[in-house]
Amino acid sequence: MTRTRFHQNLDDLKEKLLVMAGMAEQATQRAIEAYRVGDVSICDLVTRSEPAINRMERDIDQMALDLLAMEQPMAIDLRFILSVIKINADLERVGDQAVNIAERVRDLQSLPQVELPVDIPKLATLAATMVRNALQAFIDADPAMAEKVLLMDDEVDEMNRAIFRTLTRCIQDRPEHSQQALDVLIIARNLERVGDHATNIAEDVIFWVRGADVRHHLQTGS
Amino acid sequence: MQNLNAWYGGTHTLHDINLAIPANRATALIGPSGCGKSTFVRCLNRMHETNPIARVTGSVKLGDLDIYNDASPVEIRRRVGMVFQRPNPFPTMSIYDNVATGLRLGGITRRKRLDEIVERSLRRAALWDEVKDVWKSKSGASVSGGQQQRLCIARALAIDPEVLLMDEPASALDPISTAKIEDLIFELKADYTIVIVTHNMQQAARVAEMTGFFLNGYLVEFDATTKIFTNPTDKRTEDYITGRFG
Repeated sequence: MTRTRFHQNLDDLKEKLLVMAGMAEQATQRAIEAYRVGDVSICDLVTRSEPAINRMERDIDQMALDLLAMEQPMAIDLRFILSVIKINADLERVGDQAVNIAERVRDLQSLPQVELPVDIPKLATLAATMVRNALQAFIDADPAMAEKVLLMDDEVDEMNRAIFRTLTRCIQDRPEHSQQALDVLIIARNLERVGDHATNIAEDVIFWVRGADVRHHLQTGS
Repeated sequence: MQNLNAWYGGTHTLHDINLAIPANRATALIGPSGCGKSTFVRCLNRMHETNPIARVTGSVKLGDLDIYNDASPVEIRRRVGMVFQRPNPFPTMSIYDNVATGLRLGGITRRKRLDEIVERSLRRAALWDEVKDVWKSKSGASVSGGQQQRLCIARALAIDPEVLLMDEPASALDPISTAKIEDLIFELKADYTIVIVTHNMQQAARVAEMTGFFLNGYLVEFDATTKIFTNPTDKRTEDYITGRFG
């Protein structure tokens, strides 16, 4: 009773999720590039990519639902499909964060340019690395790599808090720059959320491979 | 059971099985054909030894009773009932007599008493409502396959066993009859210890609290059903239930 076709379908599902991941990653990278160079046309690219990401999310969910209904998967296959469904939702939210960033960049470009003493590209690089490593852990079914992603989240959170403190001071000291500071603060918050989604993806990889639920700092197996 | 080994002639079919089956629960046994699960259940009521070339060593206990040393096979089979893959009612007997025969052999002959027990057994097997008007007139073989299987369960329950062994009890039945048998297993486990051999893993997942996986005569893994089907410990269990071999 080997299930060759079913396992081929699981491979197809994985491949499709990786295409989705590529789209979400590209949207984030473009949004950050738009911030870095101040180019509104790149923001348009990000906004235009959102419907395709949403369509792909629905396709993947449907494919996963079909496999659950038709194949009654067990054990690691069941955990894989559940993880794909959850990772899919996280990737869609990563795409949403990219759109949110693009909107803030657009707003920033409509305002007078000011120098704010925060390093958004550094935070973006860290959050993007988390996403990349979480996805690499998914590709390689590597829970050890996924665990490293979990550890990076604290760094992203701390960087976001530092940016918050800095920008709060900026708003107090130079209220005329409040709008710009708020835009950047929201971008930092969006990137912090990207890190959270990467954390969720890493947790799902650990659940898939080991059957262990490590969400909310649970350290024991399910 | 401790260090249970079984042979058919020179073939060693069960190897050192150590297992504690919980009372008043359903325990499912899964594994590929020829893995030893049916031999195993036949060792639990001494059916295995009805084959002259079969042999068993080790101990099987029912409570404190060592079934191979402390009681006769007939006594054990009264306390450990069995239902087989294909319904096997006595075709020339009425529904009533199918259930009453075992009772008569056990010495119960008063009509009123027999009526009471047969009705109770048919009710417990969820068959009473369907046959109450014809239970004494219709042959046991004249009802549907699903009803025949529930009749066999009623027959097994009539002699009030402690354990009910079921060897693929629904594999010859349609989905509706299968669902009725599964519902029945769910209800019966409040009063009986049930051991069910099944090739249908979804069925094991639906009805059993505990599941054992057999392979090549070895008990590879025995654990809570939820654990076996979501996160088994042994790679061989995982490969089997996910269809990577078998």
